Amino acid sequence: MADKTSTTETVRDEAEEQEHAPNVPPRPADRDSGGSSAPSMHEAVASKIHVQDLNFWYGAKQVLREISMKVRAREVTAFIGPSGCGKSTFLRCINRMNDLIPGAHVEGEILIDGRDIYDADPVMVRRRIGMVFQKPNPFPKSIYQNVLWGAMINGYRGNKGELVERCLRQAALWDEVKDRLKDNAYGLSGGQQQRLCIARTLAVEPDVVLMDEPASALDPIATAKLEETIRELKSRYTIIIVTHNMQQASRISDATAFFYLGELVEMNKTEMLFTRPRDPRTEDYITGRFG
Amino acid sequence: MPEATIPFKSTDFNERVHTRHRIGMFMSALFFGATIFSLIVLLTLLVDVAIKGVSWLDWTFLSNYPSRLPERAGIKSAIVGSLWMIVLTAVISVPIGVASAVFLEEYAPRNWFFRLVQLNIANLAGVPSVIYGILGLAFFVRFMALERSLMAGALTMALLILPVIIISTQEALRAVPQGIRESAFALGATRSQVIWSHLLPIAAPGIMTGVILSLSRAIGETAPLIMIGALSFVAFVPHSVMDGFTVLPIQIFNWTARPQADFRHLAAAAIIVLMVILLCMNLSAILLRNYFERYRPW
Repeated sequence: MADKTSTTETVRDEAEEQEHAPNVPPRPADRDSGGSSAPSMHEAVASKIHVQDLNFWYGAKQVLREISMKVRAREVTAFIGPSGCGKSTFLRCINRMNDLIPGAHVEGEILIDGRDIYDADPVMVRRRIGMVFQKPNPFPKSIYQNVLWGAMINGYRGNKGELVERCLRQAALWDEVKDRLKDNAYGLSGGQQQRLCIARTLAVEPDVVLMDEPASALDPIATAKLEETIRELKSRYTIIIVTHNMQQASRISDATAFFYLGELVEMNKTEMLFTRPRDPRTEDYITGRFG
Repeated sequence: MPEATIPFKSTDFNERVHTRHRIGMFMSALFFGATIFSLIVLLTLLVDVAIKGVSWLDWTFLSNYPSRLPERAGIKSAIVGSLWMIVLTAVISVPIGVASAVFLEEYAPRNWFFRLVQLNIANLAGVPSVIYGILGLAFFVRFMALERSLMAGALTMALLILPVIIISTQEALRAVPQGIRESAFALGATRSQVIWSHLLPIAAPGIMTGVILSLSRAIGETAPLIMIGALSFVAFVPHSVMDGFTVLPIQIFNWTARPQADFRHLAAAAIIVLMVILLCMNLSAILLRNYFERYRPW
């Protein structure tokens, strides 16, 4: 296990750190300045998610160690790393999905807009932080019902047809399904099912959308469409995507975090992380020397 | 296709391929024989019953009350009693059984108490039915003073099939893909919303199959009802759940015990009726399952 001090807590924005960080320990003086050369457009963007010293255990096994990071609003943040590095587990901490697993235990805090989600009602946390899973998993209902269900259980009172259409359009699926909204969702192809799952997630109007390897079960064409959809969603949502595919991370993300053996090794603007990695482990991984 | 060109000369292998094929053929013959054996036994029984009973099977038989004269005896009270019994048993056992299974599967923490309860339910499913009869006699008939009523019988039967309903419902719930649960929770659903909107509808075919199969068992059960004192000669149709009753297996048991051959033929005719009812129930289980599984990809 790599020692703790090598974990790089990456904060790319000085001003933002000051404003958000009453409980953040002072940063080490020797911090690499590579990340703080962020272009000025980033200065205006607020940090949406602030994770501080997160540790996570499955039973006695510690899966995440001292994770700290900030995720900016209306950006795509990619989590990369070899299998078993904890990136999916970390993602599932952000919407408290791990609460459902017996024996799971979390320490540390995850602040969303400054509020600790572990002090909040998990139902309301998940309602604000949507999730798209690795395997497309629509409900065995009609396409229409799939989109609508989450909104209805959260007390949606607006126009149902409009909501369904808007969400399907946002997920770039409307034109393909508008004539068969009453058909069962399992009649769709894998890529369409995954975009339906995105539409379903958007229907509850979340702030943050978490995606756990959403393209890993899709063919290259469906993947390209999904990536296009993700790029378009960025203007309205904060998106975190876990991916095995480094090309995908570099294509769609603004920031990238590299996880290894349960630690956050490095986080930076995507182009910086891929062109000038600071940690040798990151470099080894992105150049294909392991992983 | 050219022959494989890999030279293979190792002496470490002795494939005995013919022997292995012969063993395989022997095995398949063995398995086939086992299947045929049970089929033959079953067919013999069915044919025997059919030969004896089918000539007695007519409208008079279905619509008359039992009588000491074989040619006027019928199973009206037994059929009506059995139908009452099944409906009452289902009404009592299904809600309790499904609710228990939902609690155990979706709510109960996985601790020693859960494992103890689980073990006991599995055990109860194997307890001889006559034991349930003794319990029913002591508790429902005597303590709750329900007498020899349909209610006492149905409560006893409900206890008898409850473990099977719980276990089959648990299995049906466990078979719901985890992705459905997770994606419903991820939309901000509460646990009860996930259960009502997704888990129960998806598990419904499995639950219904378990319910119908256990009710099929209940409709054929005799011992517990004899224990609680169901009547064997009933010349009336029960009008309320507190009335006395008889059921088909008890009527069959009663007739088989008579010395006259005619009554044994009556018993055979009643067995045919019971089997037709069972067949209908099992058929409906299959049809329901197929109907609800139309859109299942898994």
